[in-house]
Amino acid sequence: MTHCSRIIVRLAGAVLAMVLATSCSHEAASTPVFKPTGFGAAIVESSGGKQIAQTGGLLPQPVVVQVNDEQGTAVAGALVEFSAVPGVIFDPPSALTDSSGQVTSNVSLGGMAGRYELTASTTNKAGKKVPLTLEEIALGYQQTLGRQLNGQYCERCHNPESTVERVSNYDNLEVKPHPFTEGDMLNKISDADLTAIISHGGAALNKSALMPAWGNALSKSDIQALISYIRAVSDPPSPSAGPKYARN
Amino acid sequence: MKDNLKSLWQKLFGDSVRAFGVVSVVFLASLAIAPAKNFFSEWRHYQHGYLRMVRNRSDAVTLTHHLKGGIEQIWLPELGVVDRCTSCHVGLKEASLTDVSTQPFRKHPAIPHQLDQFGCTVCHRGQGAATTVAEAHNSTLAWEQPILPAKYIESSCGQCHRGNVPGAPQLSQGRALLSRYGCVHCHTVKLPDGSTMKPVDDPPSLEHIADKTTREWIYAWLKNPQAYAPTSTMPNFQLSDDEARDISAFLIANSIPLAGDTVTLAAKPASDPAAGASLYGESFCASCHAVQNAAGNMVGGDIGPELTRVGNKVKPEWLQAWLRNPRAYDSGTAMPHYRLSDPQVATLSGFLLAKTDSDLLANVHLEAATPEQIKHGKQLVVDHGCASCHEIGGIKRPENFAPELSRIGSKPVAQLVFLPGMQHTLPDYIATKIKQPRSFGQNLKMPQYSFTPPQIDALATALLALSDRSHSLPPSLAVPATPESNYEPAGHAAKLINDLACFSCHRINGRGGDMAPDLSWEGSSVQRQWLVEFLKNPNTLRPSLIRRMPRFNLTDGEINELTDYMMTVYQSPAVDRDSMPLSGYSPGQVELGKQLYYGKYSCQGCHIVDTKADKGYIGPTLTQVGSRLTAAWIFQWMKNPQTLRPGTIEPNRGMSDEDARALTAFLISQKGGKSPLPAKAAGNGAPGSTQEVAKK
Repeated sequence: MTHCSRIIVRLAGAVLAMVLATSCSHEAASTPVFKPTGFGAAIVESSGGKQIAQTGGLLPQPVVVQVNDEQGTAVAGALVEFSAVPGVIFDPPSALTDSSGQVTSNVSLGGMAGRYELTASTTNKAGKKVPLTLEEIALGYQQTLGRQLNGQYCERCHNPESTVERVSNYDNLEVKPHPFTEGDMLNKISDADLTAIISHGGAALNKSALMPAWGNALSKSDIQALISYIRAVSDPPSPSAGPKYARN
Repeated sequence: MKDNLKSLWQKLFGDSVRAFGVVSVVFLASLAIAPAKNFFSEWRHYQHGYLRMVRNRSDAVTLTHHLKGGIEQIWLPELGVVDRCTSCHVGLKEASLTDVSTQPFRKHPAIPHQLDQFGCTVCHRGQGAATTVAEAHNSTLAWEQPILPAKYIESSCGQCHRGNVPGAPQLSQGRALLSRYGCVHCHTVKLPDGSTMKPVDDPPSLEHIADKTTREWIYAWLKNPQAYAPTSTMPNFQLSDDEARDISAFLIANSIPLAGDTVTLAAKPASDPAAGASLYGESFCASCHAVQNAAGNMVGGDIGPELTRVGNKVKPEWLQAWLRNPRAYDSGTAMPHYRLSDPQVATLSGFLLAKTDSDLLANVHLEAATPEQIKHGKQLVVDHGCASCHEIGGIKRPENFAPELSRIGSKPVAQLVFLPGMQHTLPDYIATKIKQPRSFGQNLKMPQYSFTPPQIDALATALLALSDRSHSLPPSLAVPATPESNYEPAGHAAKLINDLACFSCHRINGRGGDMAPDLSWEGSSVQRQWLVEFLKNPNTLRPSLIRRMPRFNLTDGEINELTDYMMTVYQSPAVDRDSMPLSGYSPGQVELGKQLYYGKYSCQGCHIVDTKADKGYIGPTLTQVGSRLTAAWIFQWMKNPQTLRPGTIEPNRGMSDEDARALTAFLISQKGGKSPLPAKAAGNGAPGSTQEVAKK
């Protein structure tokens, strides 16, 4: 009997040790702890906000934030921590600011389409957290398809900015098209009306005839995809764009 | 202790009635375990949660009614799918749940497939038959397939879709990278349709390399290819100084001079930077070659190699021979054979040779190679598999130099060796292997690439698509890629077409590049005289394009031959170019067309017919379209442009025949002046004109 109980005790010990070991190894995998050498009063965005990525994908550009003191001078060695809803991955999740007061982090958004609120925070001298929020957009399949179609058919007129590969035609048009970020305007138009404008052209709806009819060149599902993309990128956000993922 | 146990035994099993009672209780209790486990199961918990969530919604009755309760299952025997995911993910098909962000109750985002036809695990992986979250999502000892992270989800499209999938850019990018960066030179990738993935890079033959460049440059290049050209697709083999010394010694010693490879410098490379830049611009070298400008931006195309530091690389004698006729050195090159005159060759070679970086070779001092070094260099070339990509005299191309990747997307995790600190999943393994191949062992041969993080994700996506499922798919589900065309033009004109490397930019009958217009039906589309003039002096049709057709300095005979061939052979069955006249339309019809052009169809948004009034420059300039296109083509183009050029962005306006005829009459009357303004402004290469456009 004693032999038996000893085995039980040993087994229990082993199980306990295994549980402890797994929980410890989880802790070891977490991020290293930084000791800040500087403290700022404010944290500002240098670049990387309002970007578009695919669900789960990396933002095209890293997020860069800067920590400043009361006078607005960059602070080196201040701790910056990034956070967002689970599923968003920061690489690195926290770091000390470099000599120019900046921290750069590569961000992968979560697996669901929508807006993601990212928080970057630094600790000031009083030990209080000073937060900065940024917003990024993750596109699902339908919006990604819409984005491709936008690049092919719409953007040349609807985006006033030119790139190396694409010269914008916006300035050449007598009646200016609406950039798709113009949420104030576009959010008022229903999906049915947007579909009608895209399919039948501007003239059919008493708008500018410079907007051609695309109903024969694009399929119904293409037009649906375009609208879901327009809704996803509109600013302010469209009510039908779906939920926003923010850490409470 | 022993006594205590003995009395307990006595109490429980002292007599037979007592023992029967106790055993019965134990038996009943154990019988109750299964129903209890079922009652407290996770899926039941989630279904209750779902009912609580929908209770206060306006469509609560419908939603509640849709929930059948119990374990749900999608069973697709031909796909091997038994997916019980919908037991917890109960709202997947509810269109009204768009505002719900809490999992597992979210509606599935819009995709082109039905859940009932494909199930869940075909795309998301994971264990379909499991009924607990941990077993379904994560890998456990008993099951090996964890959920696929969202960032690789497009790999699942690639299991059935063997060509491009609209809406899955990451998959397409990854597949392109596998070919473009030559991964498939070393790694065999057999595709499910039986074909083998082919590389699209064209690593140069090294058989005559000493004609082209110096040992010092080879040394610097081997040490770090990206230091010479950041856009280079050659990876870094992380060679030691001695290794680079010996390989360069071997390659130079092994090189055989080729007759006609180099020229005696009849004309010395001229140092006239202005004339050189002008000729570089006129010849539209930038359509294919990139050069890094002062701001650090790459300006130019990526069909040919980057030329930022080309003066460090090439020997003047070789460069002049190459410019005169590149096909003498490399018969399969994508570079066209420009018919440059000797002074032009001198000017252009002088301009290119001045593109140097004084730091690149400053610290390279090599002593004459010893026979031992050359022998060692040869051994290194064999060991590193250089001949997998490059032709090297005396060395056979190794077969299967690196592991085959045809089914890498289903490689069991148990067969992988992970680094400490890595997540033990296949996608992480693939991504890390691409990112830092040598961290898995110093003796590994895979070189270091300089991929960006999004490129690595794209590559991993393309590789994960090469799964067991992609090979075992029911044929009815496979969506084949557009088959590659091996179209060859015929006759004497074919020689000319290949000599000018038309296929590098133009597509004809499914073969060729996509930088310039498809020429398959050019003969139906354009008028002969226009084509003759265009080949003599090409100008751009689209003001907004920066890459353009070069002037090849063709003789009249060559131009006639090429034109005759194209006009005769490249005809569309949908357009009879003689069915409509090129003139003779009534003024009333022309006027009606003009009204339609500026009014109903507002073509001026994208096209210019009047350089003073119109500004749109998305489509071609139409100031002289009446001298360029055939009336029959214009008419058919108005009716349905996509039938003539699939994928063109010209909208199909669903025009009536009358409208199309009137617009044709108006457009064919646009015969234009000799040199329309926009073409001139963008045209014949003032120095740096391409850069100017690029910067805007």
